[in-house]
Amino acid sequence: MAEPPAAARGRHRRAALDILQFALFLGLLAWLMVVAAGRMGYNWQWHQVPRHIYQVFEGELILGPLLRGLLVTLEMSAIALVLTLVIGLAAALLRLSGSAAGRWLVIAYVELIRNTPLLVQLYIVYFILAPILGLERFWAGVLCLALFEGAFAAEIFRGGIQAVRLGQWEAAWTLGLSRRDAYRHIILPQALRVILPPLAGLGVSLIKHSAIVSVIAVFDLTNEGRNVISDTFMTFEIWLTVAALYLCVTVLLSLGVGLLEKRLKGAMA
Amino acid sequence: MTETNGFRRRFIAPAAGGLAALGAFAFGRPAAAQGADARATLAATSMIEEVKRRGTLRVGMSTFVPWAFRNRAGELIGYEIDVANRLAQDMGVRAEFVPTAWDGIVPALLAGRFDAIIGGMSITPARNLNANFTSAYSATGVDIAASRRLAQGMTTFDAWNRPNVTLVGRRGTSGITAAQRLFPRATIRQFDDDAQSILEVVNGRAHGMIGSVPRPLFATLDNPDTLFRPFENPIVRQADAMAVRKSDPDALNFLNNWILLRQLDGWLEERQAYWFSAREWRDQVPG
Repeated sequence: MAEPPAAARGRHRRAALDILQFALFLGLLAWLMVVAAGRMGYNWQWHQVPRHIYQVFEGELILGPLLRGLLVTLEMSAIALVLTLVIGLAAALLRLSGSAAGRWLVIAYVELIRNTPLLVQLYIVYFILAPILGLERFWAGVLCLALFEGAFAAEIFRGGIQAVRLGQWEAAWTLGLSRRDAYRHIILPQALRVILPPLAGLGVSLIKHSAIVSVIAVFDLTNEGRNVISDTFMTFEIWLTVAALYLCVTVLLSLGVGLLEKRLKGAMA
Repeated sequence: MTETNGFRRRFIAPAAGGLAALGAFAFGRPAAAQGADARATLAATSMIEEVKRRGTLRVGMSTFVPWAFRNRAGELIGYEIDVANRLAQDMGVRAEFVPTAWDGIVPALLAGRFDAIIGGMSITPARNLNANFTSAYSATGVDIAASRRLAQGMTTFDAWNRPNVTLVGRRGTSGITAAQRLFPRATIRQFDDDAQSILEVVNGRAHGMIGSVPRPLFATLDNPDTLFRPFENPIVRQADAMAVRKSDPDALNFLNNWILLRQLDGWLEERQAYWFSAREWRDQVPG
């Protein structure tokens, strides 16, 4: 159905106004920051920042500490995310299984993790668990992140599975499918639609939470940023750059999941 | 009456002011007057004046044994705590301590969170490009406490400058700077406090902990079975001083002369001997 031209024009004008308001707000924030920095006599040295991101020596690209840190953060987050999904799915299935012991175990795990600070968990994993298990600091960080996010993933999976109508289970049983096959072919594919959006949010949190491993001196983005600041005293520039790098990664992730969600919705409809 | 006043306020006064400014701009003011103005501004904005006005000397510091740390009662004690308290007493004000993360202490000074850093800060070129240092009032150095299991026999610089060697230390300290300079091929991991770095070496996760004298020595005395000192003497010699913001000659002059006087009467030396040589204060600290 064609829109009357006046309505289209009105919509365009509104969009332009929205963009203008947004730009104005961002400009105000930037201005506030510059004024605050000016009042404390802050010495901006943006020209010094690029060499901490990358350098080119004789035509050869050399990654600076910040990009190297970003790679470690990505590697750590990717491994932790896979582990998170495994832990989350296993915990959700165990919680929904007939075993009372399994159910209580999962409830204890989820409540314990969700109700204690991540930093405390990291110290427990790093100083107590890791020496017993012989884990390196990188893997101690991965394990801690996966255990933490896994507790949230378990609840997301459980919610998604329970959102599938009981009739689907009944249909699966009438067809004579085993519990495992019912999960695999009927329940989980449908649950995925409900699960995916909050799971994407979890992925974004995981990347942000990974900054905490800087306290056990894993060479991640935050740790590298802090080291550069302690060498150069460029507090504002480096923290803003680090935040922008995290933002790039998480926005890309959100966009990717948005596309995937759209495709899934199309396939399911 | 009010109307004329209003008229005056609104038009004549700004016009006169504008003319005067124009005149000053066009003909210049006597150089002496300008110099007096600049001196007055500099003196009024000096840290010394602010401290006198406020009645407290705000001191930026971080926990380092034995420079500044807490006793069983939770009170701050240590060499630099004594120095700051005595300095405040001599200025007729009270010292107020502002604990700050060491890796952010210079930016915090520049941001005006406190008046001076009095916390065993060694003079380094990078710091000195951002802040001013007083004359040095204690000579220190950088030392290593090494793991008996991992670093046995590593008593040369070459042995430590290898890719498979891990050195740990506290972020933002001159020990880390020294390690980066002397052992560029080693892996250097940075932590937020000394205790955590020492624990890394005790647990066998790193070959050695690098830090300012005498902390590595104290660490080996506390853990004689797991730690030892691979080098007889400090591997780098350094000097500690107070740090203040740039462009404050009054503060520098006052602090330098205070240091001179306390050196002449032996007070600084006596305090240093108490905190750094024998650990007479040991029963005051937990653990």
